[in-house]
Amino acid sequence: MAEDEDELILADLPDEELVPQMHDDLYDGLRDEVVEGVEILLARGWEPYRVLTEALVAGMTIVGKDFRDGILFVPEVLLAANAMKAGMGLLKPLLAETGAPKMGKMVIGTVKGDIHDIGKNLVSMMMEGAGFEVVDLGINTDVDRYLGALETEQPDILGMSALLTTTMPYMKIVIDTMAERGIRDDYIVLVGGAPLNEEFGRAIGADAYCRDAAVAVETAKAFIARKHNQAVVA
Amino acid sequence: MIPSGDHALTETGLAPSGKGRVLVIGCGALAHEILALKRANGWDHLDLACLPAIWHNHPERIEPGIRAAVAQHRADYRTILVAYADCGTGGGLARLCAELDVEMIAGPHCYAFFDGLDAFAARAGDELTAFYLTDFLARQFDAFVWRPLGLDRHPELVASYFGNYDRLIHLAQTDDPALDAAARACAARLGLAHERRVTGYGDLARFLAPRA
Repeated sequence: MAEDEDELILADLPDEELVPQMHDDLYDGLRDEVVEGVEILLARGWEPYRVLTEALVAGMTIVGKDFRDGILFVPEVLLAANAMKAGMGLLKPLLAETGAPKMGKMVIGTVKGDIHDIGKNLVSMMMEGAGFEVVDLGINTDVDRYLGALETEQPDILGMSALLTTTMPYMKIVIDTMAERGIRDDYIVLVGGAPLNEEFGRAIGADAYCRDAAVAVETAKAFIARKHNQAVVA
Repeated sequence: MIPSGDHALTETGLAPSGKGRVLVIGCGALAHEILALKRANGWDHLDLACLPAIWHNHPERIEPGIRAAVAQHRADYRTILVAYADCGTGGGLARLCAELDVEMIAGPHCYAFFDGLDAFAARAGDELTAFYLTDFLARQFDAFVWRPLGLDRHPELVASYFGNYDRLIHLAQTDDPALDAAARACAARLGLAHERRVTGYGDLARFLAPRA
């Protein structure tokens, strides 16, 4: 049958065709195909970190750009993210064994009173994909949990997310409390969420507002690089 | 009676009749309730213009819409009331209404003012994981929730969107068995438990009542 003839056998593709095909499958939210692609590349001897960056992160970056440009919408991004998450599920234990570049560490959570976590989960996943260790505090995070995690985890970055205009002011409570305790400048504070903007980020004393997961990764990398440069100068 | 129906209220809103000295510029999702209050109380001085209810999903459109509607109608009425709460504008609508010298409804959203602001605030901690529907949203669930979230194409994403919720609370303005059944069906589609709370018109009635 014609359908059978057209069926793509991922294992038959050479690497240079398989990776772009995985980008397409990720874009289309094809979870099983993405997982299969990861398995094939690992079986061919690819390092887990290479699979992560070249096949998954690169594919998700395309998704992120098309979301920003209004070509893709939230449902499609969610499907792609679920596919990437499945692929990362295979890679995570291998990355722990084989090692990967360590960019830094982030504590992240959705603020108190807010249970929306789609954006926060995307940021967590893309940050992990970029080599950051992420400690995800989940949803409805109050100031004590944020500050407790800063103390125990000693991250470079604190990330806060909110979807509601009624909950986003809580970010200022967290930052003000950090300032009161004299620890505000010990951390890079990044904030995000649909109702936020740069002006709000500045007004509450965050280091940056990140409009989407890709921007969060780029912003985090830039701040970490600056921090390292400052350390060298000092 | 609204000749244009819920679909028109969702997409285009409602034009005023031109009768009455007080114009209420409201969300299309409140049209049935405002007109019911007008009929029940004989508030013939009220006229109603509605902006598209679907702006519930696009709060950035509300402020420009209100500014334009007030400018369009101001000369024809003695008083203009804005039947919106904050509705996701982050205080922007309150600043605009102060600038335009028109009164709006207090509170974060219609769930809160139907329930009563104090009661809603008191329950907020216990209802963090509740997803609310009003009568209008129970009728227009597909237009406001199911289709915009892409669940008509990808129902498998329900857990991604609603996994942190545990119940749907129908804040009922009217005692309507058909709407009750509709809200129960919405809860089932989202995989949530169902609760019904009859609120009546809550703070909306006080807002629209003639001032002394």
